[in-house]
Amino acid sequence: MPNGVLALKEVSINVENNEFFTLLGPSGCGKTTLLRMIAGFETITEGTIKLFGENIERLPANRRPVNTVFQQYALFPHMNVLQNVAFGLNMLGKSDIEAKSTAQRMLDMVQLGQYADRKPSQLSGGQQQRVALARALAPSPKLLLLDEPLSALDLKLRQAMRVELKQIQEELGITFIFVTHDQEEALTMSDRIAVMSNGEIQQIGTGKEIYESPGNVFVADFIGETNLLNARVQSSNEEEAICLIGKDTALTCSFTEPVSNDDSVTVSIRPERIALSKVSTSKKHAGIKGTVKRFAYLGTDTQCMLELEDGTDINVRVQNAHHNATDFTIGESAYIEIDPGAARILLN
Amino acid sequence: MSNSLAKKVTDVRRYPGFFSLTILCMVLLYTPLIIVTIYSFNDSRSITAWGGFSLRWYNDIFFGLEAAKFKTAAWNSISIAIMAGTSATIIATSAAIGMIRGNPFSGKSLSFGLINLPLMVPEIVTAVATLIFFSAIGFTRGYLSILIAHVVFCIPFAYLPIAARLEGIERRYEEAAIDLYASRWQAFTKVLMPLMAPGILSGFLLAFIISLDDFIITNFVKGAGVETLPTAIFGSVRQGIKPNIMALSTLMLMVSIFFVSLSYYINRMGERTK
Repeated sequence: MPNGVLALKEVSINVENNEFFTLLGPSGCGKTTLLRMIAGFETITEGTIKLFGENIERLPANRRPVNTVFQQYALFPHMNVLQNVAFGLNMLGKSDIEAKSTAQRMLDMVQLGQYADRKPSQLSGGQQQRVALARALAPSPKLLLLDEPLSALDLKLRQAMRVELKQIQEELGITFIFVTHDQEEALTMSDRIAVMSNGEIQQIGTGKEIYESPGNVFVADFIGETNLLNARVQSSNEEEAICLIGKDTALTCSFTEPVSNDDSVTVSIRPERIALSKVSTSKKHAGIKGTVKRFAYLGTDTQCMLELEDGTDINVRVQNAHHNATDFTIGESAYIEIDPGAARILLN
Repeated sequence: MSNSLAKKVTDVRRYPGFFSLTILCMVLLYTPLIIVTIYSFNDSRSITAWGGFSLRWYNDIFFGLEAAKFKTAAWNSISIAIMAGTSATIIATSAAIGMIRGNPFSGKSLSFGLINLPLMVPEIVTAVATLIFFSAIGFTRGYLSILIAHVVFCIPFAYLPIAARLEGIERRYEEAAIDLYASRWQAFTKVLMPLMAPGILSGFLLAFIISLDDFIITNFVKGAGVETLPTAIFGSVRQGIKPNIMALSTLMLMVSIFFVSLSYYINRMGERTK
């Protein structure tokens, strides 16, 4: 790669037909680059890209049966909505009548049929987004690429569009590859998610797998919130290990790869899998005790920061549906109870 | 409240002396033009004494003694301006696409400097150099030599608005077109060109007006017998300033104002479609 940088290292993904597949990662992780490689805007120096068994990595972008919904939509400002949607069909050599009627049908599908004559600049952000979607879907691509298409919309519209996108994908049965840095977005829509960082795939799995059984510290930290605690392995068997957190707090943990005694490990515990109470109710680990350091009211739940007796800080999320959730005052002692199986040993 | 206060404090209009300085600049810039315009309607043969309102000098340039000379000169000026403007615009558009859309190449800064050199070089130097060049290769001076010289010095004027416009057009539009199965050529003609159009038109108008107004270079390369409007006016003035020159100057001023404003508005209209 002359005067270029290595954007992706040994990335290998396999997307199923009709799948809603998401590339999730922080900015600069290479997810957009990967998408642009599939679209044909970036050339790959090594490896192959196959679409239904056919190598496409040497095809120019305009000959790949793949369409893209761009982040800023990139609607042609000098054409009206219908001309925008019909553009791909016209370029494919379809007759004007056929292109226009297909375009109109696509616009009807995204509920913008009556805006066909408008210029893109006369539409709201959400409407432009739908036009961009209709334009990319009109030529019936074998694969649709979406590059953070919802990031320019406000929260309410974004949530509504997530549902709609997923519905459209299921109705049309087209494979979607969706790029986002928004984990909630990824979890709402995706059949499977590939978490990316530093040009590498960290983990591929369903939303549930990735959230509940993160493969490494990056994934656990990036998807949702988690407590990452340094621990030492005290004893272990085939299924679980007892780890010592801080000085004297012992915890039963699950793991992805076997560990041996005295290993230094990182243990991840999701804040919502920790319960808070005034008296010790746990039989297993009698009384992990801490002091309440601060509260943050977050609407559906309350985030509470505790300092354990050995000085470790731990975040707890309590649903506000429990009326006693915030019954604590700062400085008060509280006991925490960790769900069985919630603590997980992770590799860095 | 605090916001509006902050605005007022930094408002340049509140600087002491700003108003008088503005007035001074305006007077220096526009008094000569205003005087010429007013005196072009003077009924008197004198160029300094007011003898009442009249259109006789406008009548004179169209039907008077020098009318034929001015007509030929005007036709030369306009036809050269159209052809030079068009050629310069085509060259400038290609240059802008190469410079802005092309991959980085060695000598890119140098090329940029070369394109814009005529803006920096004193016009008299260009004029002398062009004259020497034409003599050296034995090119007969006349209509064609004027046209060639005009194409050359108009390029940077056409380049500036075209390049500015192109820089504002994001690559994603072309990418979207190519993604939607357009060939490179179709992406250019169906997407990039329409988006660039305001810049191209603006560049053409600027080149047109620069060519129409040029005197120094034209005067050097025109040879005997072929006149453009500026050289014809200069020729007349040498025999003494008559009020008909003021009328002619006023007309040219109006044409210039019209085209410059048009160029400005086209650019502004284009801003909204970026």
